Amino acid sequence: MAVLELEGDTAAVSPVRQSGRRLGGLFVAALLWIVLIGLAAILANVLPIVSPTDMDFLGKRAPPSAAHLLGTDQLGRDMLSRLIYGARISLTVGLLSPVIGLVIGGALGMLAGYFGGRFEALTVGGVDVLLAFPPLVFALAVTAYLGQSALNITLVIGVLSIPAFTRVARAVTLSLAQREFVVAAQTLGATHMRILLRELLPNVALPLMAFFLLAVAVTIVVEGALSFLGLGVPPPAPSWGSMIGEGRESLDIAPWLAFLPAGFMFVTVLAFNVIGDTLRALTDPRPGAL
Amino acid sequence: MTRALLSLEDVSVELPTPRGTLRAVDNVDLSLMPGRTLGIVGESGCGKTMLSRAILQLLPKRAKLSGRVRFGGRDLAALPAESLRRLRGPELAVVFQDPMTSLNPVLTIGTQLIETLQAHLGMDGAAAARRSVDLLAAVGIPAPAQRLRQYPHQLSGGMRQRVAIAIALSCEPKLLVADEPTTALDVTVQAQILDLLAREQRRRQMAMILITHDLGVVAGRTDEVAVMYAGRIVERAPTAQLFARMRMPYTEALLAAIPKLDSPPHTALPAIAGRPPDPTRPLPGCSFSPRCRYADDHCRHAKPMLADPERSGGLYACWHPLTLPAAVGP
Amino acid sequence: MARFVGRKLLHLLPVLLAVTLLTFLIASLLPGDLAYTILGDQATPEKVAALRAQMGLDLPIWQRYLHWLWDVLQGDFGRSFRTGETVLAAVADRLPVSIELMLMAEGLGLLIGIPLAILCAVRSGGAVDRFLTGLAFGKLSLPSFMVAILLIYLFAVTLGWLPATGWVPFTEDPIGNLRSFVLPALTLAFAEWPVLMRVLRSDMIATLQEDYIAMAKAKGLHPARILLVHALKPSSLTLVTVTGINIGRLIGGALIVETIFALPGIGRLLVGAIYARDFIILQGVVLFVAIGFVLVNFVVDMLYAVLDPRIRHGRA
Repeated sequence: MAVLELEGDTAAVSPVRQSGRRLGGLFVAALLWIVLIGLAAILANVLPIVSPTDMDFLGKRAPPSAAHLLGTDQLGRDMLSRLIYGARISLTVGLLSPVIGLVIGGALGMLAGYFGGRFEALTVGGVDVLLAFPPLVFALAVTAYLGQSALNITLVIGVLSIPAFTRVARAVTLSLAQREFVVAAQTLGATHMRILLRELLPNVALPLMAFFLLAVAVTIVVEGALSFLGLGVPPPAPSWGSMIGEGRESLDIAPWLAFLPAGFMFVTVLAFNVIGDTLRALTDPRPGAL
Repeated sequence: MTRALLSLEDVSVELPTPRGTLRAVDNVDLSLMPGRTLGIVGESGCGKTMLSRAILQLLPKRAKLSGRVRFGGRDLAALPAESLRRLRGPELAVVFQDPMTSLNPVLTIGTQLIETLQAHLGMDGAAAARRSVDLLAAVGIPAPAQRLRQYPHQLSGGMRQRVAIAIALSCEPKLLVADEPTTALDVTVQAQILDLLAREQRRRQMAMILITHDLGVVAGRTDEVAVMYAGRIVERAPTAQLFARMRMPYTEALLAAIPKLDSPPHTALPAIAGRPPDPTRPLPGCSFSPRCRYADDHCRHAKPMLADPERSGGLYACWHPLTLPAAVGP
Repeated sequence: MARFVGRKLLHLLPVLLAVTLLTFLIASLLPGDLAYTILGDQATPEKVAALRAQMGLDLPIWQRYLHWLWDVLQGDFGRSFRTGETVLAAVADRLPVSIELMLMAEGLGLLIGIPLAILCAVRSGGAVDRFLTGLAFGKLSLPSFMVAILLIYLFAVTLGWLPATGWVPFTEDPIGNLRSFVLPALTLAFAEWPVLMRVLRSDMIATLQEDYIAMAKAKGLHPARILLVHALKPSSLTLVTVTGINIGRLIGGALIVETIFALPGIGRLLVGAIYARDFIILQGVVLFVAIGFVLVNFVVDMLYAVLDPRIRHGRA
């Protein structure tokens, strides 16, 4: 079950942080994969690959061949091409959705942490109430009523990510607001706006970015889950999630139909998790976090 | 001749640190007879805590112990884990400095007492509970039966330390190590705790090691005193002799640093100038020489060894020992 | 202790109220005329208007909210216009399945996570610790539906040990019932154990450095007792929180797993209601789930007090 609510301040020990030596290798590999898949997704139109929607009823579930490097699916469509186009959907939704959460949630959280008082209490209470609702149900309900489209899904998941970003932003702001440089700025008579933008924002930005990357990973999973249930981006647009869902029917005869998109999704999500976690380790304002 | 209960032979403890190897304890020889008390005195950072951990075999994982720690004739470091575990409680017990952190906050006092009795004396629950009540009463805790169900945070600091002492004494140990047992307590309570320890020690004929930074604590409560500085024992003598005829300038300075009740108000406390040496960079000569007012070039280049040239039973490590009675007072 | 519980209850009420308000608002703001949907192809403007008046849909929104809240407080969560069953009946029918799944899943997750966490904490920094932590981290990138596919492929398709879908009531066939829950529970447990292990491991490493653990060692207690009694209890606060929150979330959140494995639980009830535009069921069940989550969190808070007596007595 996708975790839309990532505890920004739960102590996490990832292999990325523990072994400094291995840090380089894993991080670089993750970065390379993302660049690779990102480029493939952007350049999908100009790449020398078959169209993802061309069906070949004679060559259903075919193994890899010269014509189809990764074989074909149950309707004869080229797997490699579908995987690349699927990356488009996943990466687009994955990267755009959390931006909504980042901007709105981040702002809310910063303001709550900085001003405190009733505003903060209200914000925290609101976040807690929002988090009481099962997020997937929300996403399903909204897409069912408003219609399935990439835009709707992006919006819904984005809105659902706001509470998590608010929490993280607030936590980071709270830990920073007491520090000397903020107090110094206040003593010098700086306005709230100035302090927020010039002093706090640059320092909050990095941990938020780390969380953003982790949110991207989660969003890709959520979009995948929705598509898997057939409630994500509508066909014939290929999405990794829907490919897995469709591949499920052929598990006994052609398991790779499900495992290939699953593998792609897993590696991509892992890559974002690794980078996000590395960034979090580097920017954690709490010293000595385990 | 009876055998020493505890004997430390050339014990050293080394710790790896980012700045180099730290020699926390440096070639310490000590021995303690059954039923006798030893006070170990020194500033913070002189290695006395590491020494106590070495005795108790509770050193941190990274620490390296060399030399031999013999208890009842057996080398503790060479004992299998199970045998060592069975020693703890019935033979060797400890009271730590801060009872707020040495007692488990989520377990009742009763549990923490009873489990020791059950583990080592094989008592059943009811018998252990009764004995616990007796133990608590013996250390001076009022309403002991109710205390069994209470948690450490519900007691005052002094009472918590009494509980810790009760736990330590519960299996009638042969040796009790008290590591700064009163440092974390109010001054008013300190004397009570120390008297309690002394009383129990006499009653049970138990050997005791009292570790402290306050020379005044060991006066009248120990048979022998060892003064530690920079990981080494620099003076050791029977208590009365030490106070009457101390030889180390450091010991003299320690004594002078104790506030006196009869000094005029606002008398400046003579603090010992300077700081203990960096243990990762040991000095070639006497470790105390940078702060010693009697130090000369010889002191700075040659390390004095612990010896008893006067054959008085008191050892010291100094090139220029004091020959006059200690100058006490401001 | 009573004062502590009282204080917590006082915090609970506004949250519950806010939950009802939010549920109502969101459900009523969804587009689509309810009366129209209910009448379907029998809809005529007059019938729609009549039905709207009958259902009170033409009243101002705050009045509708209060009416609905009043009904809810009396236990009337609404009635599905499709099937005619009340929300409570529908929930009561599906709840046992969801609870069974949730308990098995969380139980398995703890069964895997706790020993692993203890192992890692004791050998912190060692090869085992690094391996398991890496595994847990990697597992975070593997969502539940992928695990489900993997497990189905392994156990149902390849080995044929367990059924891929299908469910029988416990009363009819206990073994069959349990068998049908193994794969779904495992799927969810696989998602749970990395978080549980990570959290407990982290807290235990911190606890093992405390003085009272050194003291327990100095007392010569058996290492197993030190680990399980002295170290585990003070380290379990975060674990309990996370477990509680997860259980609360699982009440309505095992959607995907229930759909994949065709288990008639609350999740599938919700999906069905969404498809059929059964707004009343949707609203009622979402409210039920949200309230359940809040209440579970409340229980978790109470559990805190049990685990750490310092909280009970007002200082932590």
